[in-house]
Amino acid sequence: MIKAILIFNNHGKPRLIRFYQYFAEDMQQQIIRETFHLVSKRDDNVCNFLEGGSLIGGSDYKLIYRHYATLYFVFCVDSSESELGILDLIQVFVETLDKCFENVCELDLIFHMDKVHYILQEVVMGGMVLETNMNEIVAQVEVQNRMEKSESHMERMLLRRHLEPLSPHSHELG
Amino acid sequence: MALKIVKGSIDRMFDKNLQDLVRGIRNHKEDEAKYISTCIDEIKQELKQDNIAVKANAVCKLTYLQMLGYDVSWAAFNIVEVMSSSKFTYKRIGYLAASQCFHESTDVIMLTTNQIRKDLSSPNQYDTGVALTGLSCFVTPDLARDLANDIMTLMSHTKPYIRKKAVLIMYKVFLKYPESLRPAFPRLKEKLEDPDPGVQSAAVNVICELARRNPKNYLSLAPLFFKLMTSSTNNWVLIKIIKLFGALTPLEPRLGKKLIEPLTNLIHSTSAMSLLYECVNTVIAVLISLSSGMPNHSASIQLCVQKLRILIEDSDQNLKYLGLLAMSKILKTHPKSVQSHKDLILQCLDDKDESIRLRALDLLYGMVSKKNLMEIVKKLMLHVDKAEGTTYRDELLTKIIDICSQSNYQYITNFEWYISILVELTRLEGTRHGHLIASQMLDVAIRVKAIRVFAVAQMATLLDNAHLLTGNVQRKGICEVLYAAAWICGEFSEHLDNPTQTLEAMLRPKVATLPGHIQAVYVQNAAKLFATVLKSQEGNTDSTAAQETSQLMIDRLPLFVQSANLEVQERASCILQLVKYIQKLQQKDVEIAEEVIALFAGELNPVAPKAQKKVPVPEGLDLDAWINEPPSESESEDEQPRAIFAKEEPKHSRPRHTEVDEKELAKRREARKQEQANNPFYIKSSPSSQKVYQEAPGVEHIPVVQIDLSVPLKVPGLPMSDQYVKLEEERRQKDRADKKKKEKKKRKEKRSGRGKRHDSGPESEEDITPAHMVDIVTEEMPENALPSDDDDKDPNDPHKALDIDLDKPLADSEKLPVRSHRAAEVLKSPAQDGDAESAASQEPKKKSSKEKREKKKDKDRDRKKSKEDKKKKKKHKHEEKGEDLLGGQAEEPVVQSEATSEVAAPPTSTTAEVSDLDFWLSNAPVPSNTQEAATVVAAAEAAPTSEVASGTAPDSEPDEPKDTETEETKSSKHKKKKQKKEKEEKEKKKKKKHHHHHHHSDGGGEESVQNGTVEEEEPLPPMSNYCLLAENSYIKMVNDIQGNLQDGSQVVVSVIFENKCDSFLKSMEFNVLDSLNSKLQRPEGSGPHDGLTVPFQLPPGVSNEARFVFTMQSIITPQKLKGTLTFIVKNEDSSTHEKLDFKLHFTCTSYLISTPCYSDAFAKLLESGDLKCSSVKLEGVVMPFHHLLARICFRHHFSVVERIDSCASMYSRSIQDHHVCLLVKTSGQTVSIDAKCDEPTLLGNVLDEIKQTFSQC
Repeated sequence: MIKAILIFNNHGKPRLIRFYQYFAEDMQQQIIRETFHLVSKRDDNVCNFLEGGSLIGGSDYKLIYRHYATLYFVFCVDSSESELGILDLIQVFVETLDKCFENVCELDLIFHMDKVHYILQEVVMGGMVLETNMNEIVAQVEVQNRMEKSESHMERMLLRRHLEPLSPHSHELG
Repeated sequence: MALKIVKGSIDRMFDKNLQDLVRGIRNHKEDEAKYISTCIDEIKQELKQDNIAVKANAVCKLTYLQMLGYDVSWAAFNIVEVMSSSKFTYKRIGYLAASQCFHESTDVIMLTTNQIRKDLSSPNQYDTGVALTGLSCFVTPDLARDLANDIMTLMSHTKPYIRKKAVLIMYKVFLKYPESLRPAFPRLKEKLEDPDPGVQSAAVNVICELARRNPKNYLSLAPLFFKLMTSSTNNWVLIKIIKLFGALTPLEPRLGKKLIEPLTNLIHSTSAMSLLYECVNTVIAVLISLSSGMPNHSASIQLCVQKLRILIEDSDQNLKYLGLLAMSKILKTHPKSVQSHKDLILQCLDDKDESIRLRALDLLYGMVSKKNLMEIVKKLMLHVDKAEGTTYRDELLTKIIDICSQSNYQYITNFEWYISILVELTRLEGTRHGHLIASQMLDVAIRVKAIRVFAVAQMATLLDNAHLLTGNVQRKGICEVLYAAAWICGEFSEHLDNPTQTLEAMLRPKVATLPGHIQAVYVQNAAKLFATVLKSQEGNTDSTAAQETSQLMIDRLPLFVQSANLEVQERASCILQLVKYIQKLQQKDVEIAEEVIALFAGELNPVAPKAQKKVPVPEGLDLDAWINEPPSESESEDEQPRAIFAKEEPKHSRPRHTEVDEKELAKRREARKQEQANNPFYIKSSPSSQKVYQEAPGVEHIPVVQIDLSVPLKVPGLPMSDQYVKLEEERRQKDRADKKKKEKKKRKEKRSGRGKRHDSGPESEEDITPAHMVDIVTEEMPENALPSDDDDKDPNDPHKALDIDLDKPLADSEKLPVRSHRAAEVLKSPAQDGDAESAASQEPKKKSSKEKREKKKDKDRDRKKSKEDKKKKKKHKHEEKGEDLLGGQAEEPVVQSEATSEVAAPPTSTTAEVSDLDFWLSNAPVPSNTQEAATVVAAAEAAPTSEVASGTAPDSEPDEPKDTETEETKSSKHKKKKQKKEKEEKEKKKKKKHHHHHHHSDGGGEESVQNGTVEEEEPLPPMSNYCLLAENSYIKMVNDIQGNLQDGSQVVVSVIFENKCDSFLKSMEFNVLDSLNSKLQRPEGSGPHDGLTVPFQLPPGVSNEARFVFTMQSIITPQKLKGTLTFIVKNEDSSTHEKLDFKLHFTCTSYLISTPCYSDAFAKLLESGDLKCSSVKLEGVVMPFHHLLARICFRHHFSVVERIDSCASMYSRSIQDHHVCLLVKTSGQTVSIDAKCDEPTLLGNVLDEIKQTFSQC
C-alpha cells in the first residue's frame, strides 16, 4: 500500500499532497516538513530509499523518492510494494504529467494542482496502484478533460442563449 | 430562473478562480496568512450563493488551501453539495475535495450514501469512476456496509475501467466492513482471470494485500497464482504475485519446492531489475522455509548470493541498497554464504550514502564470529569517531552493542575487552543511548562473575571522573552510565581496591546535579560501600579510620536529604539516621560491621524480561475482578512503585522527576515535618544537623573544574580497547602454536579424526578459547512458566478482522447487507445469538450429507487438474496413485473411480479448494490447522474408495456410513482417516445436541427435533429464506427471491438444484410461462417460450445454484408463475428425459429490500401524509419480542428504525421505491402491527404475508 504521495519543491513548498490515511492538517504539514528535511539533505547520487520517517508509518514503511529539477516526488509505501516498482511508477507518473502538460514544469503543478490530482487518480487509487500503462492513463485523462470541455462549452452556449433575451425580440423566454 | 443563471454566470466571471488564488498568494509573500484569510472570507461568500458553478470554484480553491495546511472541514457540507452536482466537472471537484479532507469522523459523510450510490450506478462511466476514486479515500464502516453490494455489482461492469476501480476499492471495503469479505470473495477471485490486464492486476493487488496480512487463508489460491505467474507477462502483476508467494511459502514448504524452478528461470531470463530482485527475494524466502542445507538447493543460494553481489557492486545506489537488504535475509539462514562477502560489506560501511551504511551495519550483525568480532568492532569504533550526524552515530552505537551482546554474548571471548569498549563508548557526546550502555554494563557485571573485579575497577574510575561525563549539558544522556557504575561499585564493593576513595567520589556535591533516579542509586550504594569500608577497617586497632568514614557520610548525606527528588530524600534520610546510630555505637567500640553488611546481603540474579508474564495464574484467581470497590477517578497514578534497579527501563524513572513539582514537594515536606513533630515515636534529628542541612552546599569547598570540551574526551586511567585486540591476537597465536604442537602429536597417533572438520578459515570457531572462564548466568524464569510465546501479536491491527476463512462455503446468512440480512443483526440479544448459533449448527448438518457428495466433486476437480498437469509433464498416470508433482513421497493412495471420470467439473465450489491445493502440491496430507479442511480431505478420500468397492453402482444413500462395504479394500491409513472422520462426525453431533439445547431455552417451539429432519422445519430467523419449489425422486429445487435495487423492475430468483438420485443429470432447461406482468428474462434472440439452459450439470448428490432474472411491471400484488424443469437422467446404460413442474410464487415481500432508515427521516416520512394506513393483529404469538422483530426483518426484509420496550418501528423499501413503515406493538400474546405505505394494495399483501409467517409457527 502507498500511504502518502507528496510533491514539494526544493524549498519544501508542497505542490501536491495525497494522504491515503487520515492525518489532521497540522500533522500533514509536519509530515511534509519532516519528509522534506530527510530528503533534501541527501545528495542526488545516493539511493532513492529512505527509512526512518518517524511521523508516518514506522519500521514497515519506506520513503521512495525521485528528484526532478526543482521538484521532489515522494511516495511513502509499506513493504508490500516493490521498491524498484514504485520508482518506475514515479517515472510513469512524471512522464504522464509531461505528456498531459506538454513539457511539464513546476509552474504547471503550481497552477493546476487539481489537474495533477486528476492524473494521479488514474495512477493510484486509495493507496493502491491502479494503472501503470502510460497510454491508458493519458487516454482516460483526456476523455475526462474532453467531457469537462464539452460541459463548459454547453454552459457557454446556455449563457449566450440567456444573454440574448436582453435584446427586445424574445422576451417571453425569461 | 434564467435570469438567476445569467446572474450567477456573470458573477462568476469576476470571481477568483484557482489560478488567481495561486497568483495572489505568490504576490503576497510577506503577508501570506493575511491574504489567505481574506480569500477564505471570499470563499465563504461564494459558498453561500446558489450557483453551483460558483460553489464548485470555491471548493476547488479550498482544496488548494487544504494543501497549505488550512483546515477546511467547515465547508464539508458545501463539498457534499458540489459532489451531488449533475455536471461531471463539478462532481469531480467535489469528490476531489472530499477525498482530501473527509475522514471517518466527518459527520456529513452519512449524507452522501445515496448520492454515491446514485453516482455508482450512473450511466456515465466517469461519474462512477470519480465516485469510486473518492470513496476509496473516505470510505467509512457505514458506507462500506451500505455500498458493498453496489460495488460488488460494479465488479462485473462491462467497462474494464470501472471493473478495475471497483475491484481495487473492495480492499478498502473489506477493511471497514470485514463481513463483506466472504460474500464478495468468489467474484474477486473470478477477476483474477479477467480478460482485461488492468482488472487482473487490480485483483492480484487486492488479494496480495489481503494475503499479506493473513496468508494462511489464501493458500488455496496458490495454484491459480502459479498459473498466472507462469503465464503473465505484466511485470507489475508478476512482482505482486512473486511477493505474495514469498508470504505464502513459510506456511507451505512444498509450495516453495514447486516455485524454485520457475523463479530460477525468471532470474536467468528477465531483464527487469525490479522483477529480478523480487524473484531473488522470494527464492530466499523459499530457501528459508525449506530446511536449510539441502544439497540440491545450495545452487539456488549461490545463484541468489551471486546475483545480489552483482547488485551490490552496481554503481546504481538503489540496487546496492536493495542488494544489501536482500542479503540480510539470506544471512539469517545461510550465514556462511554471506560471510564470504565480508569485504564487500565492510566496503559499504564507507559509502557516502547513509541508507547504505545502515543496511551494511545490519548485515554485519549476522556476520560476526568469535574470530572476527574484535576486528569488526574495531572498525565500527573508527566509524563512531568519524560519524558526523548523531543519528547515524547512535545507530552505530546500538549496533556495536547489539553485535556484541547477541545470543547471550556468544561471540565475546574477552569480557575485559568488552567492558573497555563500553567505557570507550561513554565518551560519545550527545548520545541518547546512555541507558543502553548502562544496562549492558550492569548485565555483564551481574552475569559474568569472572569479570566483576575488572568491571568494578573500571566503574570506580568512571565514578572518579564523573564530572567529565556530566560537565556538559549535551552529555546529559550519557550520565545514565553513572547509574550502572554506582550500582556495580556498591553491589560488588568487596572487589574494590580503594573503597574509601570511591565512597568519597560518590558523595561529592556535584552528584546533586545528576537526575534523581541516579542520585538515589548513588545514595543507596554509598551505604553499601560504607558497610564494606567498615568491615575492612574494623579489624584495625585504630578505630579512627572507621569513625572518619562515618563522619564523611554524616557530613555529605544531608545534601541528599534536601534533594527535590522524593526517592533520594527518603533514602538519604534513612541512611543518615542509620549512620548516626552506627557512629554512636562506634564510639562505644561495638563491632557492628557484620550487622551492617547483613543489611545488603544476598545475591541479585537477573530475571528474564518475560518472567513476570509467564507466572501461571493460580486456579480460581480472577485478576480482573476488583478486590475492593473501585477507587474514585481522582486517585492519581503518580505514585506507581518503581523498581530500584530497573536496569531495563531507566527511562521510566525520568519522567517521575517532573511529576512532582517543587511546590507540592514543599507542601509535603512541611506536612511531614509537622507530622514528625507531633509523633512521639519519631526520632527527631538534632537541631544542629538541621542547620547543617541548610548549609550543606556551602560546606564543601572542593574546587570543581568544569571542563567543557567539544572534542571526545579520554577518561584517564582507562585501558584502550585496542590493546586488547593486540593482546588477543598474541594470545590466539600462542594458543594456536600450542594446539599445533598437540595436534601434531595427535595426528601421529590417529590420522583420521580431524579431517572431517569444515574449516571456514584458517582458524575455526571452536579453536578460539575465551580468555576468561566465563560463566554467563542465565536469566531466571518462574517455576512452571507457561511455554506459550504468542504475546507478540498486536491486538489493534485492523487487519485482524480480515482473518477470515475463505475456504468455508458461504452460508445463506452471509450476504451483503442490501439483500436482506443486516436488519436482523441490528438486534443483538442473547437469544438472537443463540439462534444464529443454532443456524450455524444447522449448516454442517445439512452439509453432512451434502459434504460427502461434494467430496466426489472435489475428486473430479482434482482429477481434472492432475490430468492437465500430467499432460504437461507427459508422464504416465498411475491408476492407484495420484501423480506426485513435487517429487515427494505419495503417502495417501488416491483411488479414482471410472464412474466419475467423464464428469465435467462442476462450477467452482470453494470447498473444493483445500483438497485441490493439496493435490496440486502433492498427495501428502496437508498439515492444515483448520478442522474444516481436515474433514474435507479425510472425507474426500473415503468417498471414492467406497465407490470402487461397491462396483459401478454408487450408494443411493450418501448419508449412510459406508464402512461395511469398504473395509476390505482400505489400507490401514484409510482406516485412520476414517476414524478421524468419524470422530469429527461425533463432535458435530455433540455440537448439534448442544445447540438444540439452546433452541429449547429460546422457547422456539419444537419439542423434539430429530437429526435429519430439521432442515425443512427449522423456522428460526437467521435461517435460510430458501423454500421448497418442487421435488421428485430425481431432483429437488429450492428457491429464494430477491429484489434488484439497481433496476426497479427486476427480481432475481436463485434456485438451488439438488440431484437426489445416483444418476447424472444433464441438459436441464428451466422454463416459465410468462404472464402479462412478469416475464423471465431470456437471452437476446430467443423466443418468448424458449426455456433457459441451466449452466451446469449435476453429478449424483451434488447441488448447485442458478439465478434467473424476472422482469416485473407491477409489484403491488403477489404473483404465481407456472414453470417446468426438463432434464435428462443419464445412467450407465440408459438415459431418460424427465420433467418437473413447479409454481414460482412471487410474494410481495420479495419485492422489498431491507433499507436502513434514520429515525428522523422515518418521522418525516410518517408526517408527510402521503402514506395510506392499514393494520393487522396477530393473536397467540408466543415468542420474545426481539425474536419476533428479527423474524420480520429476516423473512420480510425490514430493518428496525427504533425500538422502545415492546414497541418498534420498522422500515423497508420496495424495488420501485414504495416506502413501507411498520409500527409493531406487543402486549401479552397479541401483536398489533400498524402499517403505512404509499401503495395500499402492496401494504395489504405484505401484511397478509407477515400474518401468514406467524400463523405458521
